[in-house]
Amino acid sequence: MRSKPSILHLDLDAFFAAVEQRDKPSLRGKPVIVGGLGPRGVVSTASYEARAFGVRSAMRMAEARARCPHAAYLSGRFAAYRMTSRAVMAALRELSPLVEPVSFDEAYVDLAAGDLGDLSTTTAVEHIADAIRARTFEVSGGLTASVGAGTSKLIAKIASDLRKPDGRLVVAAGTEAEFLHPMPVSRIPGVGPATGDRLRRIGVHTVGELARVGVSELVAALGQAHGQALARLAQAEDDRPVVAERESKSISVEDTFDHDIADPRLLQMIVDRLASRVCERLARERLSGRTVTVKIRLFDFSTHTRSTTLAGPTDDVRVVTRLARQLLTDVDTSAGARLLGVGVSGLADWVQDDLFTSVVDDADNDAGAPGELAIGGTPENLVSGTPDAAPRLWSPGADVVHTTYGQGWVWGAGRGRVTVRFETSSSGPGPVRTFAGDDPDLAAYTPLTWKDPS
Amino acid sequence: MKFRVDRDVLADAVAWVARSLPSRPSLPVLAGMLIDARDGELLLSGFDYETSARVQVPAEVTSEGSALVSGRLLADISRSLPAQPVDLTADGGKVVVTCRSARFTVQTLPVEDYPELPEMPTASGIVKGDVFANAVSQVAVAAGRDDMLPVLTGVRIEIEGSAVTLAATDRYRLAVREFSWTPEKPDLSATALVPARVLADTAKAFASGSDVTIALAVPGSGTGEGLVGFAGISGGTMRRTTTRLLDGEFPKYRTLFPPEQQTVARVETAPLVESLKRVALVAERNTPIRLTLGDGQATLEAGSSDEAQASESIEAAIEGESLTIGFNPQYLLDGLGALEAPVAQFSFTQPTRPAVLTGLAAADAEPNTDYRYLLMPVRLQN
Repeated sequence: MRSKPSILHLDLDAFFAAVEQRDKPSLRGKPVIVGGLGPRGVVSTASYEARAFGVRSAMRMAEARARCPHAAYLSGRFAAYRMTSRAVMAALRELSPLVEPVSFDEAYVDLAAGDLGDLSTTTAVEHIADAIRARTFEVSGGLTASVGAGTSKLIAKIASDLRKPDGRLVVAAGTEAEFLHPMPVSRIPGVGPATGDRLRRIGVHTVGELARVGVSELVAALGQAHGQALARLAQAEDDRPVVAERESKSISVEDTFDHDIADPRLLQMIVDRLASRVCERLARERLSGRTVTVKIRLFDFSTHTRSTTLAGPTDDVRVVTRLARQLLTDVDTSAGARLLGVGVSGLADWVQDDLFTSVVDDADNDAGAPGELAIGGTPENLVSGTPDAAPRLWSPGADVVHTTYGQGWVWGAGRGRVTVRFETSSSGPGPVRTFAGDDPDLAAYTPLTWKDPS
Repeated sequence: MKFRVDRDVLADAVAWVARSLPSRPSLPVLAGMLIDARDGELLLSGFDYETSARVQVPAEVTSEGSALVSGRLLADISRSLPAQPVDLTADGGKVVVTCRSARFTVQTLPVEDYPELPEMPTASGIVKGDVFANAVSQVAVAAGRDDMLPVLTGVRIEIEGSAVTLAATDRYRLAVREFSWTPEKPDLSATALVPARVLADTAKAFASGSDVTIALAVPGSGTGEGLVGFAGISGGTMRRTTTRLLDGEFPKYRTLFPPEQQTVARVETAPLVESLKRVALVAERNTPIRLTLGDGQATLEAGSSDEAQASESIEAAIEGESLTIGFNPQYLLDGLGALEAPVAQFSFTQPTRPAVLTGLAAADAEPNTDYRYLLMPVRLQN
């Protein structure tokens, strides 16, 4: 534990929903729910307006719909979230080189690693925290964040959590126990409903009670690792450092389907899309990998993984896609698959390029991530020779552009029609129009910025 | 069947045929070696439906006939026999091998179940054994070993009259070797894709002999289609082998060679190889080595600051711009080894583009373009 509250935790408020409200002015002030919209979907993020109806993240989408039927249900635009997240992380790095992103919307900052002057008083750190919140608002196009600071990651995280949304709390050095002990144990990260239940059975409800229970009793109730870790956290003992880059051993993405899929062409298309997402992440983290793995969960929940290793690491989407397609055919999916995943491991920071793929026109490398454009839009591009077999998928919330009306987003789609609201972050609420699902004037696209181009 | 044969001749011939026998045969009879004794000679054959091997050796045949015995066992036995004449006799379901006072009785396999060996295609041309062995070894080093890409496990043979081109690539490097031969017909034009491992073994086996006959079936001719055959005299015996060609289209490779270059460097091969081996000690699991060319020096570096690092500079004659480029050290070593030349010439365009390696007889000689090794660099991410 440090002697100054120099660890800061920043958490963007209802991040996905807030980005949607930023880019879709007609949804501002209204309940917005982002998540998987299919029958097996769960809520990723609910706006604060939706939380008022009891909608929470990780809730089943069906329950969310029952609680808040009039909310806007969107399937999420990861390119936009990533772009916004990057802008915020970059702003944090201006402050201190030691920034540890935990996810798109959450990061720890080690203030002691930056040139920030005196950090010994809470007032000084409060000024820094407020400046960070103002800067975040500015670079993200109007998103609010909650910021906590303290002498450890645990205290900083709990502090930001306590002041959600749009708040700030700095816990002075030496007051950690006083701060933690009145709280319910569920405030401690890692104490979920199951652990909470077990603790309740041994009469522990607050962190203070947790601190008074002996380690041996906690180990008996929770097991060795978890029990000892909790005992330390209850005493506010947390020495975890802020680590700028976490070394990952593999990078993978997977998709669970709404319905089991047996169509080999469709499965191949999904594998292609997963492969391009994996490569996009490799490129972003400036990594490459030698081993490509495909994970397939069949209709009966049996899970199969197949992998193959290259002579040298690659980050080439064409190579990963080719191998992933081959691996997919190793497993009999004729009875239906419910999940597909593609991963790359054996990571390195160099790439053994291929003589043949390197001669393919460089222009298509510059086009960014192939496949990404097709996520919400036009999968037929990926299935050559069958242009009319797969209907265009217009997912709610996705960005589109119309040759006459300009930029907008999919308001709803079905029965061969798609309804679009034409508005952007800088336009104010815009009009709604309906088109045929295959209207040639309408296309999916991925905006490169949310800012007004003018 | 009964015959007497010289021990060394037998051991040599049996060992050669046994090499092409499958270690895990799909049918029990394929583990067998067919012994055919007739008219003063012995014919030993092995076949695994991909590759066939047949060798003809002189023998004192007292009774003609044939028998099929375990090839591996026969190879082990003949190798360990003393240097005395060997007698082989087929007796009911057994073959008896005697040599001096040593006596082996080996069960036979049913000859009637043994597949017929493919017929050798008609001869296409002749090349010197050592030239062929050398050319194949220079190219096979670049062939792929990944069975998921069978096309790249082969060596492409292209014949245009008296010019033969061999090419192989594993996607990361490409080796191309040209040599001339004597074709049966002066206007012969043919291509084939031969499994690299088989070709390398075959060429090596014929290296000491004088001439190798290559037989490539002309498409549509009927006999031996989809096969390539090699025949030659080695160790005083006539040896023939056929192998099934690989299917699929070998990638178009001629356009991969960059038409121009920005930097050309000449380095003495042996010191470069030594230096590379030293520096590569810290390049674990073939992590890249970095080659910097400039100021009359080639500098090799490898390793990372959190483990171990190494660097070494050697003299180099450099024309054009300075450049830093990364390579897989093993691929670079393979190429330098295959050059078989005292001086190596590197031609570069950009650090992300393939480099061409050629050999020179001396620092001021013209590069020998009969052999070119194209190597894709490693892209260093930071």
